[in-house]
Amino acid sequence: MVLPVGFFAVFFAWPVVSIVERGLRPDGRWELGGFGETLTRPEILDVLWFTLWQALASTALTLLVALPGAYVFARFDFPGKRVLRAVVTVPFVLPTVMVGTAFLALVGRRGLLDAWWGVRLDTSVWAILLAHVFFNYAVVVRTVGGLWAQLDPRQEEAARVLGASRFRAWRTVTLPALAPSVAAAALMVFLFTASSFGIVQILGGPAYSTLETEIYRQTADRLQLSTAAVLTMVQFVAVGVILAVHARTVRRRETALRLVAAERTARRPRGAGQWALLGGVLLSVALLILAPLGVLVERSFATPDGYGLDYYRALQEVGDNGTFLVPMTDTIVNSLEYALAATAVAVTVGGLAAAALTRRAGRLVRGFDALLMLPLGVSAVTVGFGFLITLDEPPLDLRASWILVPLAQALVGVPFVVRIMLPVLRAVDERLREAAAVLGASPWRAWREVDLPLVRRALLVAAGFAFAVSLGEFGATVFIARPDNPTLPVAVARLLGRPGELNYGQAMALSTILMVVCAVSLLLLERLRTDRTSGEF
Amino acid sequence: MLTLTGATVRFGARAVLDAVDLEVADHEIVCVLGPSGSGKSTLLRAVAGLQALDGGRVLLDGADQTGVPVHRRGVGLMFQDHQLFPQRDVAGNVAFGLRMHGVGTAERGARVEELLDLVGLPGAGRRAVSSLSGGEQQRVALARALAPRPRLLMLDEPLGQLDRGLRERLVTELRRLFRQLGTTVLAVTHDQGEAFALADRVVVMNDGRIAQSGTPLDVWRSPASAFVARFLGFDNIVPATVTGAAADTVWGKVPVPDGSPQGERLLLIRPAGVRVTAAGEGLGCHVAARTFRGGHVAVTLRPAEGPLLEAEFPLRDAPEAGAEVDVEFRAEDVVVLDGEDA
Repeated sequence: MVLPVGFFAVFFAWPVVSIVERGLRPDGRWELGGFGETLTRPEILDVLWFTLWQALASTALTLLVALPGAYVFARFDFPGKRVLRAVVTVPFVLPTVMVGTAFLALVGRRGLLDAWWGVRLDTSVWAILLAHVFFNYAVVVRTVGGLWAQLDPRQEEAARVLGASRFRAWRTVTLPALAPSVAAAALMVFLFTASSFGIVQILGGPAYSTLETEIYRQTADRLQLSTAAVLTMVQFVAVGVILAVHARTVRRRETALRLVAAERTARRPRGAGQWALLGGVLLSVALLILAPLGVLVERSFATPDGYGLDYYRALQEVGDNGTFLVPMTDTIVNSLEYALAATAVAVTVGGLAAAALTRRAGRLVRGFDALLMLPLGVSAVTVGFGFLITLDEPPLDLRASWILVPLAQALVGVPFVVRIMLPVLRAVDERLREAAAVLGASPWRAWREVDLPLVRRALLVAAGFAFAVSLGEFGATVFIARPDNPTLPVAVARLLGRPGELNYGQAMALSTILMVVCAVSLLLLERLRTDRTSGEF
Repeated sequence: MLTLTGATVRFGARAVLDAVDLEVADHEIVCVLGPSGSGKSTLLRAVAGLQALDGGRVLLDGADQTGVPVHRRGVGLMFQDHQLFPQRDVAGNVAFGLRMHGVGTAERGARVEELLDLVGLPGAGRRAVSSLSGGEQQRVALARALAPRPRLLMLDEPLGQLDRGLRERLVTELRRLFRQLGTTVLAVTHDQGEAFALADRVVVMNDGRIAQSGTPLDVWRSPASAFVARFLGFDNIVPATVTGAAADTVWGKVPVPDGSPQGERLLLIRPAGVRVTAAGEGLGCHVAARTFRGGHVAVTLRPAEGPLLEAEFPLRDAPEAGAEVDVEFRAEDVVVLDGEDA
């Protein structure tokens, strides 16, 4: 418990607090008047309004598209289901920069639609919304579908026997059981879309700005720390409220439901209606998820003189335009090293936090549980900038140390580790440990012999997720990664920011590599995953 | 072997174990019998060290166990729902305690074989525990508990989750096995049939206290209190004034055995002690219900006065429902309860 709390205090609370303080107290005096002034500026109000409505619209659209998907994945049995389930999860662990890039390749300048029909959706809000659906589809399918698959169909059958119509039985039995998990998923999607940075940065252009991109602009471009601090505070409060509501709905979801093994509830689709539903879901997956990924890969090979590996080859050389000081291949190695270090930190901190949360109960612990989720919603930009201004002086001078980047990345990995480990650790029956103790195992031995084998898979899954999100972390890394050592997402963003065929192609090639790394690690995890380890993500 | 003196466990204000004194001798099989919530599982957990005592002491072979951690007490405990380790196969489960005690591989293998033979699952070592039926799981749990040769084996509702036929077969098997091995056993159950078939001595618990202790026959024949009598399934209990060889009750004069305690008492009449007599000579009753029970017929009688009366008749002379009969009572099936509770 001490280590995770300390980790969060030093690497999350301290940077965030001190940057807010720097913004609100520029010369030793609190200037809270900035609040009213900032929050009434029309352009800031525009930003707040856009953040809110695009997040609401994204959430609604995601639910609309993904809920049928959740049903299909939960209740239908069809060939290739396992692979497809892994595929729809790929976008979620993909770096947001890459998701943005993939959509750019589909609907943007020189994108597929542009080339075919001259349609461009970038710098339109539709591109942002579609990318958000792409990104969060898996959140809904996993949270809602995971529970749906385990709901005992006999409950519905009991209602049918008692005289309820098919729809009535669904509405009165299944829907109430699902509602909390739908709400939880919706809140998570809202949280992710409201704090979306990479996607809006790449697809929104100058026209659209969310709270998060505005914080970045105010901090990095304009050095308006006071405005950024006010916005951070606003975001902090909003995220806190959302997380509190989320914690409540999740707790409600944990109330006794009759759960059965997921394999037992899935059936082959029967009748035209069910086949049509399955077909519709598969089509939407193909259009929304496979198409952007496919186009991205296609673009990375499409050179001006036909298909070829030119862009990939160019990655091995130091660019002649001075964008980077090292070849891109170094960037890849670099990213992997950072991500591995971040994974180690995230698994250690998150694992200890989850273990502490399992053993204790009470208000304080629940508060800590919610606190662990904060980095998911609080501006990564703020954290990154906070790192720069707090960790550059004794006692902790890490500015020159490579560990700074993995630490920031670990921060976003920890919530996933905790979310995945907690249900599994809680599911280990205390009496199994007691049985081991009665048979002569000391407490440490009992943990090693009983807990560890049961949670090993979950630990691997958690490590995989932490690895993927660390690899894709952008908001904080963009601040603290040094120019000579950029990570993949940072390099992609920089390439996209420069004109020229070669830069664009290289960005596509790098993104493809990133996607393949993420997808491969995820597919490996999907093999490991069993029903016992089905956490929230 | 095991001695509990004044063992007390409180959950909040409620005493789950209330100053319990209990002795279990070497090679003795003691069964604690009581309704759920009477504190019997807590008793086992306290002996195993899984539950700290709020008062009193647990002694094993005369040594105070206060402060001795669970894994050093050298007792065995078979959990109610077995708690087999799901990630290990049958042999892995049985060998677990041996490994914890540092037994070598070769000896371990031999002992596992021996135990699986003993519980009737020879050659099952490689099977996954999830593939076992309820009865097989129970056997594996037993083998696992016996493997390290615990000085005291405790069983928590050992047969609770099994179906009836299997339960009756296993309980005789268990008794034979424990006799053969000379195991000292402390078991808890809510099922009197199980307790009576398994135990040398039965201890009835109520609300954290011991209500009665004795051989199965003693307890069955002369329940010490109305609680014990009701728990054993006897419902014909009425207040009575005992004078000499007869007692005055709301059901009239009832003969009592010689040497019964005298004065204001509670009287138990076993259903088998109710007999039909000639009209006008006994207690007039209306036959309210009649249930066929295989070997006998259970009849509920409604006397003119007083509570309903449960009776048992042989098949051929059981009265029909709705009939009016006169009944009398047999002294050897009447018990004057010693206890003070009503």
